Amino acid sequence: MFENIFTQEAWIEAWEIARTEIPLALWETVYVTVLSMVFAIIIGLPLGVLLVVGEKDGIMPLPKWLMATLGFIINLLRSIPFIILIVIVIPLTRAIVGTSVGTVASIVPLVIASFPFIARLVETSLREVDRNVIEAAQSMGASPMRIITCVLIPESVPSLLSNLTIAITTVIGFTAMSGVLGGGGLGKIAIHYGYNRYKYLVMIFATAILVILVQIVQSVGRWLAQKADRRLKK
Amino acid sequence: MIEIQNLKKTFRTADGEFDALNGVSISVADGEIYGIIGMSGAGKSTLVRCINMLERPTAGTVCVDGVDLGKLKSKELRAERRKISMIFQNFNLLMQRNCLDNVCFPLKLAGVKKKEAKVRAQALLETVGLADKAYAYPAQLSGGQKQRVAIARALASDPKVLLCDEATSALDPKTTQSILELIRDINRRLGITVIVITHQMNVIEEICDRVAVIDGGRIVEEGAVADVFSAPKSEAARRIVFPEDELAALPYAEERIVRLVFNGSEAAATPLIAGLAVDEGISANILYASTRNIGGKVYGKMLVGLPGDDDAVKRAIDYLNGDGVSAGELVREDSESTKGEEE
Repeated sequence: MFENIFTQEAWIEAWEIARTEIPLALWETVYVTVLSMVFAIIIGLPLGVLLVVGEKDGIMPLPKWLMATLGFIINLLRSIPFIILIVIVIPLTRAIVGTSVGTVASIVPLVIASFPFIARLVETSLREVDRNVIEAAQSMGASPMRIITCVLIPESVPSLLSNLTIAITTVIGFTAMSGVLGGGGLGKIAIHYGYNRYKYLVMIFATAILVILVQIVQSVGRWLAQKADRRLKK
Repeated sequence: MIEIQNLKKTFRTADGEFDALNGVSISVADGEIYGIIGMSGAGKSTLVRCINMLERPTAGTVCVDGVDLGKLKSKELRAERRKISMIFQNFNLLMQRNCLDNVCFPLKLAGVKKKEAKVRAQALLETVGLADKAYAYPAQLSGGQKQRVAIARALASDPKVLLCDEATSALDPKTTQSILELIRDINRRLGITVIVITHQMNVIEEICDRVAVIDGGRIVEEGAVADVFSAPKSEAARRIVFPEDELAALPYAEERIVRLVFNGSEAAATPLIAGLAVDEGISANILYASTRNIGGKVYGKMLVGLPGDDDAVKRAIDYLNGDGVSAGELVREDSESTKGEEE
């Protein structure tokens, strides 16, 4: 099955397909990732903040049942495999986008899958903020809202950046998976040509570009996180 | 300025209830520097955190400047807290903001305009001697500098009270000295009432007017610093003034030991131990001495070893007892051994 992969014809054909289709696919992957991240952050960041401040001894304790429900929903969504989640949310996707196939439609399951993840990552980041610094702000008469906006979030920016980098790379992985069920992007190219039509070179190209994309995101993210961290500047 | 009445705080822990404060009442006058000293676990941190209601007391009242803080709604309490600043052992600065922004933070909370806040913050940094560090980040500063920034931040809201929670415990002795000088200077120039919480006796000696000794959630002794430290009456105060390891470190087991307490005497001018040798023919061996000169008078303690006969010890004690000095023999086997006979 693999003997014909590296023939000259295969190379020429693969290159032709890559040249014509990969730029668009790359663009699709990038914009789906970016849009999904934006929506996921809009939902996940406040939830992550709530998970921290709403605790029993947090700065803005919330009812126990609310916190338990919140935690349960997040865990539930986190435990459903993405490929199954895509199927489960099809009615929701239809309701929002009008269709359940295509690049734009894939954003809905991506957001649903990544906002709970982001909420947990934000929670982890905010927990790193020194409890004593929060107390100092309280002693100055800062309201819970002020503590969130002036202490919790700004103090954890480096950690938030590192964690969001992890989230982006995960979402890039998810976009590839959504290719199986009609989402666009590099994943679709890889599956469409590689799995369905045995053009393994195209699959390898598409995958290689995904790998490079993840590497770039990871490096830039780390660089930004370090640059943002004022604790490291001696 | 601060009236604390019968304050109680009970914590619920996994092993049941724990009374951190057990009916504390203190009264701090306007413009005073008031010390609260105690070993760790004595309840001093809980006490200071009850003063600005970071910790809600279980019972009792805290009145600051005539306002009963326990009765305030959270919004009113936040406004009141701006009059009660606090500095901490670990400084608790915002690590991602530069010094100027750190000092601006309380002003921002009070709704002061950004431009105005920056001008005021710069002036405050000047007050604490860090005008050139305005744009440095806390990570670039030494411990003493960080505490200075924290003090500038504490002063930004124009407080009436400054609470110092172990503010010098993470600093070396020399830096401690300079921070204490700064606090005293602020107290004098701005008339801010200061409460100093510490386990370090020298901090209290250095700047406080009055001191309360806290132990097991109660104030066991209170009074002028010189009185409490020169003749501690409670067990807890004695433990602070005469740490146990001091006795354990004594090398000469066969000697009799006499403890001298200098209580603001002019004894520094008199060569007391030499006098004992010359006048009474008793040569004393100095085992331990920790005295300090406060305002020309000597405070502190000294342990001397004497040759073992009863008569000599009695004569020595009689000789040493005098103006501002009290002497007493230590009975060493006893766990109460640090109790000297008071004059």
